[in-house]
Amino acid sequence: MRSTSSKKSPLVWAVHISVVLLVALWMFPTVGLFVSSFRTADQIANTGWWKALFTQERQAPAIRIAGVEKEIDGAFVISGNLFESDKVTISRWGTSSRAPEAYEPDQVVDLGDGETLTVATDGAFRLSAPESFGDSRLPRVFTTATRPPEFTLENYRFVLFDPNNREGMAKAFFNTLTVTIPATIIPIVIAAFAAYALAWMRFPGRSLLIAAVVGLLVVPLQLALIPLLRLHNDIGIGKGYLGVWLAHTGFGLPLAIYLLRNYMVGLPRDIIENARVDGATDFQIFVKIILPLSFPALASFAIFQFLWTWNDLLVALVFLIDSTGETTVMTKQIVELLGTRGGNWEILATSAFVSIAVPLVVFFAMQKYLVRGLLAGSVK
Amino acid sequence: MHPALQGLITIIVGVGGCVGYFYFSNQFLDKVLFPAKGENAGRNINRANQIRPWLFLFPALFALGLYLAYPVFATLWLSLTDRDAGGAFVGFANYRQMFQEPKFWEAMHNNMLWLIIVPAFSTGFGLLAAQLTDRISWGGIAKSLIFMPMAISFVGAAVIWKLVYDTRPADQDQIGVLNAVWLSFDGGAFSILFLKIVPVLLVALFAALMAFTIYQTLRPVLGREKGHGKSHWWAFVLRAFAAIAAAWMIWLSLDAIVSLVPARLPYGEPQTWLTIPFWNSIFLMVVLVWIQTGFAMVILSAALRGIPEETIEAAVIDGANPFQIFFKIKVPQIMSTIVVVWTTITIVVLKVFDIVFAMTNGQWETQVLANYMYDKLFRANDWGVGSASAMVIMLLVTPILVWNVYNARKEMR
Repeated sequence: MRSTSSKKSPLVWAVHISVVLLVALWMFPTVGLFVSSFRTADQIANTGWWKALFTQERQAPAIRIAGVEKEIDGAFVISGNLFESDKVTISRWGTSSRAPEAYEPDQVVDLGDGETLTVATDGAFRLSAPESFGDSRLPRVFTTATRPPEFTLENYRFVLFDPNNREGMAKAFFNTLTVTIPATIIPIVIAAFAAYALAWMRFPGRSLLIAAVVGLLVVPLQLALIPLLRLHNDIGIGKGYLGVWLAHTGFGLPLAIYLLRNYMVGLPRDIIENARVDGATDFQIFVKIILPLSFPALASFAIFQFLWTWNDLLVALVFLIDSTGETTVMTKQIVELLGTRGGNWEILATSAFVSIAVPLVVFFAMQKYLVRGLLAGSVK
Repeated sequence: MHPALQGLITIIVGVGGCVGYFYFSNQFLDKVLFPAKGENAGRNINRANQIRPWLFLFPALFALGLYLAYPVFATLWLSLTDRDAGGAFVGFANYRQMFQEPKFWEAMHNNMLWLIIVPAFSTGFGLLAAQLTDRISWGGIAKSLIFMPMAISFVGAAVIWKLVYDTRPADQDQIGVLNAVWLSFDGGAFSILFLKIVPVLLVALFAALMAFTIYQTLRPVLGREKGHGKSHWWAFVLRAFAAIAAAWMIWLSLDAIVSLVPARLPYGEPQTWLTIPFWNSIFLMVVLVWIQTGFAMVILSAALRGIPEETIEAAVIDGANPFQIFFKIKVPQIMSTIVVVWTTITIVVLKVFDIVFAMTNGQWETQVLANYMYDKLFRANDWGVGSASAMVIMLLVTPILVWNVYNARKEMR
């Protein structure tokens, strides 16, 4: 294949360029969120995130002059710098919102009553008047300036560690983790035993059971919501972690059994027969031979179930989150934020990225097993 | 730390309990109930081996029965009863009430669109990405980047795309990419090329593809290849169904072309994309296509690699060009995998809830069945209609369920 395609170099170039475009298109939205989570609220609200990586010229919000006045040569002077950063270059400035670009840098402007103001390109200002300013309000300065890219970790600090932030993600993060881990481990154990029975034990009705598992694979969990919620309420579990763990276990089992059985069937028959001849019981064969050999399939399912429970919203809404909101998970928290903080992209982007980060790490670290599981789970 | 501790205890109790159950029940079977010694040793071993599979299966069967099989029937029953009347049987009253609601038909209509467009484009892009990335050295990296959205939750994806679709007032800088791109069009020749001619050509291409699909699906039925193997009645139904869906797509495409050509597009005005009926559903579908393409790509790429080299070499020797090789040699050989990918994505689409819930919550005519059901069950507290709509979802899944079971049985024989 490769030798034939390399002769047609224009086509190869077309392929390279198409893939670059495709990847860029697919990455672009996620990168946007990622970059936005490191920008300040003011930056996000004023410019598109794709401009964040370049030096940009834009109007900054008004800055009110502040400082201690000094008496120099009979005039009262307040001087200082508008910006903390020294990389800002002012191109125009003004003192009213109607004409924010009225003056050039270093121009001395008469503000009336003998007051004069001048602003230099680096943001240094000098305000002087014949009389003391006293308690009067000092003028505001509007600037149009170029500034280098600036990024901040403040959003993450606010979302994760600020104790005063009642919409923070820290609690929801631990709640999600609390839901996820038992809901990943328990179905594996139950499914592994069942898969072994379906793969290597002979009994009447086996193929019927396998068919039933295949059928249950596609049953929408939407059907289970009301009957099971009623059941949980009747037997006293109510809404809570126990309920959500049980629900995730039940919903994850068909895929787990299906994946593990398909894998176990493919294990070499000789090993198992030999162990049987040597007098090993089924329990011993399972624990000592099948389980270690099935590690790839176990890992595949574990990743599936982890991603699914971590990213789940519906099951948590129905079986876990009660009216107190103490047990809220990250997905629910983000939906709430979309409602209450729809315009505060710095908070939304950061919160979303906090919830996305863990699955992304798992994804890139264990991609091999995920792909293997996908292939075993859907190609028949 | 209370819930975390509870979680830890649950893991220990759950895992320990399961392993303990399996171990001790086996011990009980072998040592107490049917001991493999004494005069009946042989018979006892046989009996124990007959019972053992059920010991292994019991927890799984119990959980499956309780959490998936039982609810199907319980929901069916709920959909036929009235909660306010103390659960009295009311026949199809809930269904009748549901069928009279315009919101339900809106959800059905949108769901049909979702069911055709999302699997079609996900599989199409997936096939394209699989074919392209298989031919270059850095294909592995490209694949894992396109695959990445699979790990992102629907809610996370909703936030990501809401930023893309964001709208600012006209006098401010746009922070949503889509509006920024939109405002760069000013109505000149460039705009007409990209917003009229190119889309019309693309839609026409799509319509032509659909016409070709109709031709392909109906050809065997119309008798040209009569006597070629057995054809089942359901295959006939399936083909008819596919043909109708494709015809609907052609109709929509032609309609879109007719309305686009003379339309005066509001150049220079930022659009609130998620409130424009019909198009907002498309914008929501884009999110799911973005997520599912990676899945389709991974599966189809494996299938493409499984194609025997000889068939391709033979085609090359016969002078086939790359496009002929792809469409006439490769695609027919992976057709069964394409069907599997298509049906798998179809099931995801039927359950799609989070994206609509988080982005529009069914407003502005974007309702879908799963969200309609959630609305009825937990906002209106109407269990009857909610369950009835859940049964509609189940009904739509059933053909795929039957098909999967049929294939699994065939394969086991």
